[in-house]
Amino acid sequence: MTNPNGRFGIHGGQYIPETLMNAVIELEEAYNYYKNDPQFNAELTELFNEYAGRPSRLYYAEKMTKDLGGAKIYLKREDLNHTGAHKINNVLGQALLAKKMGKTRLIAETGAGQHGVATATAAALMGMECVVFMGEEDTIRQALNVYRMRLLGAEVVPVKTGTATLKDAVSEAMREWTSRISDTHYCLGSVMGPHPFPTIVRDFQAVISKEIKEQMLQKEGRLPDAVIACVGGGSNAIGSFYHFIEEKSVRLIGCEAAGRGVDTFETAATIATGRLGIFHGMKSYFCQDKYGQIAPVYSISAGLDYPGVGPEHAYLHDIGRAEYVPVTDEEAVGAFEYLAKTEGIIPAIESAHAVAYARKLAPTMEKDNIIVITISGRGDKDCAAIARYRGEDLHE
Amino acid sequence: MSNIAKAFANGKAFIPFITCGDPDLATTAAVVRAAVENGADLIELGIPFSDPTAEGPVIQGANLRALNGGVTTDRIFDFVRELRKDVTVPMVFMTYANVVFSYGAERFIATCQEIGIDGLILPDLPFEEKEEFLPLCRQYGVDLISLIAPTSENRIAMIAREAEGFLYIVSSLGVTGMRSEIKTDLAAIVKVVRENTDIPCAIGFGISTPEQAQKMAALSDGAIVGSAIIKLLEKYGKDAPAYVGEYVKSMKDAL
Repeated sequence: MTNPNGRFGIHGGQYIPETLMNAVIELEEAYNYYKNDPQFNAELTELFNEYAGRPSRLYYAEKMTKDLGGAKIYLKREDLNHTGAHKINNVLGQALLAKKMGKTRLIAETGAGQHGVATATAAALMGMECVVFMGEEDTIRQALNVYRMRLLGAEVVPVKTGTATLKDAVSEAMREWTSRISDTHYCLGSVMGPHPFPTIVRDFQAVISKEIKEQMLQKEGRLPDAVIACVGGGSNAIGSFYHFIEEKSVRLIGCEAAGRGVDTFETAATIATGRLGIFHGMKSYFCQDKYGQIAPVYSISAGLDYPGVGPEHAYLHDIGRAEYVPVTDEEAVGAFEYLAKTEGIIPAIESAHAVAYARKLAPTMEKDNIIVITISGRGDKDCAAIARYRGEDLHE
Repeated sequence: MSNIAKAFANGKAFIPFITCGDPDLATTAAVVRAAVENGADLIELGIPFSDPTAEGPVIQGANLRALNGGVTTDRIFDFVRELRKDVTVPMVFMTYANVVFSYGAERFIATCQEIGIDGLILPDLPFEEKEEFLPLCRQYGVDLISLIAPTSENRIAMIAREAEGFLYIVSSLGVTGMRSEIKTDLAAIVKVVRENTDIPCAIGFGISTPEQAQKMAALSDGAIVGSAIIKLLEKYGKDAPAYVGEYVKSMKDAL
């Protein structure tokens, strides 16, 4: 799907300072070599299976299916991975690649803290130094994850600039990378940023749809009718979609964080409210004002609180291959509570956006239809924030 | 000859960077005039961006102050139009790709020509992506300035061969901001540049003292200074023009 110059249709590219150009070229060359190296792939599979606990389960949510009374619902349980989210897939791949490239230090941005925790984990495992940039606002929202990263030996740098959230953490990590390149790999957490990151991260996350396909064929003997995942930058979504892109019978649905609604300014639904722009190394859709100033976006979910979307999603939207729908805070919190009570599974508030849309979609489908929802992460990290949303004075 | 070449016709060039609208456009106008009166050869005018990823804390602060003050691309165009009535030194815009793209690249670049902006510096537009704006820049006679970094190595010749206006050599790794020491082997970079182009080159990032400026200009054709000037604006606000004038004089005299 990627053109040689890192384009997905008109999206993607490498809009970065000259200082970083040789670093991304070196990364691309290394990746193109190692992705076909049997030794590298054997090591990565070993890490996926023995360390991260793959393959993750494809669980038939029978109670939810009966309750909604429509399509049969399966949950792809990325929340059961080591560190509690899909983020570990990408991080193990990039950390291993960085190690092969001779890098000794990983830097990363994080929103909810899941990618930061995963990076700190991989760094601990592989004996690498680790620095994580996290918006100051998010270090407060996700204090437990800050402690987890420190426990794993990482340094957490609170970012105070701009809106002090995910976009500012990305900007600060990019700034750090320009100042220290030779020993440092920027372990980007989503399918965004300059080429080759959107392709590398997608390839490491594509294990999700590879497994869904195999597991679905084994359990049902057929492909699903729809795959639903939440989209911030879009890494768990592209991972869930990738091996179905050529299977035109499968609807691909990405759920964006609408915050307080797409008709308000407090939203992070990029495809619903953004327009074409150039930011953080890529051409894609961004929430911005008429002069191209990036908008201060909002979502209850720190992991989806980003004003852009990965270039491959922008392309899948352009060609109509995937659908992108906005889901509000209220709907997501409702789904968070619903899945806990119905299936005994507490999803990450990010993943709850996908569950929320499935609750609307499933009843409109036939009983012999099948929906797969990717539960990208576990919700323990969100309990205090959701309690506060519901008016309970709970603090970690 | 591009208008920018004139900036390098009177010995080593001193190039100050000023963020438009920090703290307001009237102050920016006074700062530009003070810089020109005291020997600035080319003015680099920053159009603020919400998320300036190549900037250190000082220039980030200027961007924020300017945007909070309500400055916009349209207001900056009007401001330059007014400034051009008496300011004749070459002037270039420094901003980020999205500011140009979002305005409509052709509308933006055509306006640059109309109001007398001679070049465009976009730190997030490397060689590989310059086709995004280069054809329009050529069409409207606006030089798209290329940057060379300490990490450019095998890319220097390629960039220099196609460079227009002047070459901006980034002195150090990292973002903009004052540095006590510049360690990059700039002489080696300039040597490769000279082998591949006749256009002038100036060094920026990390320069704040007359001694540093003198050293950098001795290696190249000029010195670019941003954060040290923004620091004066941060400190003196609307009273900054006199201090900037004095500072520019001390820098230009050192070259």
